[in-house]
Parts: sequence; structure tokens; C-alpha cells
Amino acid sequence: MKFFKFFLIVIILFPLSIVNAEDNDKRNKITKNLRCLICQGQSVYDSDSEFANSLKIVVDKKLKEGLTEDQIYEYFKTKYGEWILYDPGLNKNTYILWLLPILIFLIGGAIIYKSFIVKK
Amino acid sequence: MKNKILPFSVIIIFGIIFFIFYKSLQDSKIYIPDVNAKKEIPVFNTKEFFSGENVKSSSIFELDKVYLLNIWSSWCVPCRQEHPLLMKLNLENKVNIIGINYKDSLKNAENFLNELGNPYKEIFTDLDGTIAIEWGAYGVPESFLIYNNKIIKKYIGPLNQELVDEINLLIK
Repeated sequence: MKFFKFFLIVIILFPLSIVNAEDNDKRNKITKNLRCLICQGQSVYDSDSEFANSLKIVVDKKLKEGLTEDQIYEYFKTKYGEWILYDPGLNKNTYILWLLPILIFLIGGAIIYKSFIVKK
Repeated sequence: MKNKILPFSVIIIFGIIFFIFYKSLQDSKIYIPDVNAKKEIPVFNTKEFFSGENVKSSSIFELDKVYLLNIWSSWCVPCRQEHPLLMKLNLENKVNIIGINYKDSLKNAENFLNELGNPYKEIFTDLDGTIAIEWGAYGVPESFLIYNNKIIKKYIGPLNQELVDEINLLIK
């Protein structure tokens, strides 16, 4: 009987803790990608300022409301602009940032190909 | 001809990189929030400061009236500085001043108002700071000029005489 009780308790508690852990992971991931706008070079996750603490509560609320990660980013973007995201999306202001490494890689590759492989 | 392509393309690439870095060096790295963006006011639920009654944001702001929403707190020193200006604005009666009491205790906030006066037509509480986030605020004090459910202008930090003159000009 004791074993059965124990078993029941484990069954009841176990899935809940998994859900909780998942929520925490998601919340940490999101807050790490949000910039604390009033701090110097800190993410919301790292900061303990009033602003960052409120932001963490809002992220929790939005997760509970069932919003996805991208929807939460979009929500903060409409409130504070692109700057709040550490991982900016591809748009007309950031395309150089995204395309320049690829461009340099391609041109460099072409130079190496021409000067070394074609010569042989 | 083949030999010329290589140095030529290297120079062009370095030229482009130099141009990009040179240009971005000139840009200010200090983040400046967009204070002129005309955004719709957010939807939120709050509590009335004195009675503690639940209030929906849609019932606060009426069309065709100018509002100044001021986020304040008794522990915020710059709020003390701007308070006389808010009192003066209230006396002129051109704008309805709405207060959002940010992360404050009721007792301290009441003492603050008893000491310096109450310029607010209505005050609502924001205990955990989430309503300020809904407004896109950074901290206290912060003020929003609102007309027809749209934010006309956002003032980050304490108001001063210059900004009050600007508000008077805008609401004329």
C-alpha cells in the first residue's frame, strides 16, 4: 500500500515538474535574447533592475497565455523596437549584417578557387 | 588580365568593408527611443489607486480629449522635481492628467500626494511594473501625451519647463 501511495505521488508530481522546467527553460531562453534597455550591455536575464524584473513577469504572463517565442519577441518589438532583441531579424536595416559574411565568404572562396585550384 | 582581377577585387572588398565600418563608427551607439511614433494606446487591466476597484483601460480615455499619462512613484527622486510642474499644468485645466503609480506602497504614495499635492484626475496602480511595459516605458518618471486614443508624444525622464511649454503648444 505504501509503495502504491509513493507511486501515485511520483506519478502526480513528475509530469508537473517537467512542465515547469520546460516553462523555465523557455523563459530563460527568451529573457537571454532580450536586451535590458536601461542597463549597459546586459540581457534581461542577467539584470536585476526594476525594468528587467517587470519584463520577466511579462514574459511569464505571455507564456502562460500560450504565446509562442516568436510572438513574444514580436510583442516586445512593437513596444520597444528592434533594438530590444539581441538576435535581430533580417530586414532593410540589418541585411548588410546578415549578407556581408556570406558575400565575403563567397568572394574569398572564388579568389582561392581561381588562384590555387584553376592554376593547377 | 587574370593577374589584375585578384588585387582589384581585394581592394574593392576592403574598400566596401572600410566604408561600412567608417559609416557605422559615425552613428551614435547610444540607444535613442522613438518618442514621436504615433502608436495606439495599449489595452490593460488595472486597479483604481484609492478604491482598489478593477478598471479596464478602455474606460479611462475618452475621444476628443487630451490626456497626459504620467508614470510616477513616491521613491523616485526626479518625480518630486517634476511634480510642481504637473500641479501647474493641472491648474491650467487644458489637459487631463492621469497617474500610474509604479511599484509603490499605497501608504508612501499617499504621503507623497499629501505632501506635494495631487495633480491627477485619476490614479491607477501598477504594482509589478507590467502596465508600464505595456506602455513601452523604461522606468519612472515617464509621460505620454494622448489624444484620440493615440500617443502623440512620449517624454522619458522628468518634465521641465521647456517640455511643459512644448506640451502647451501641442495641445493648443
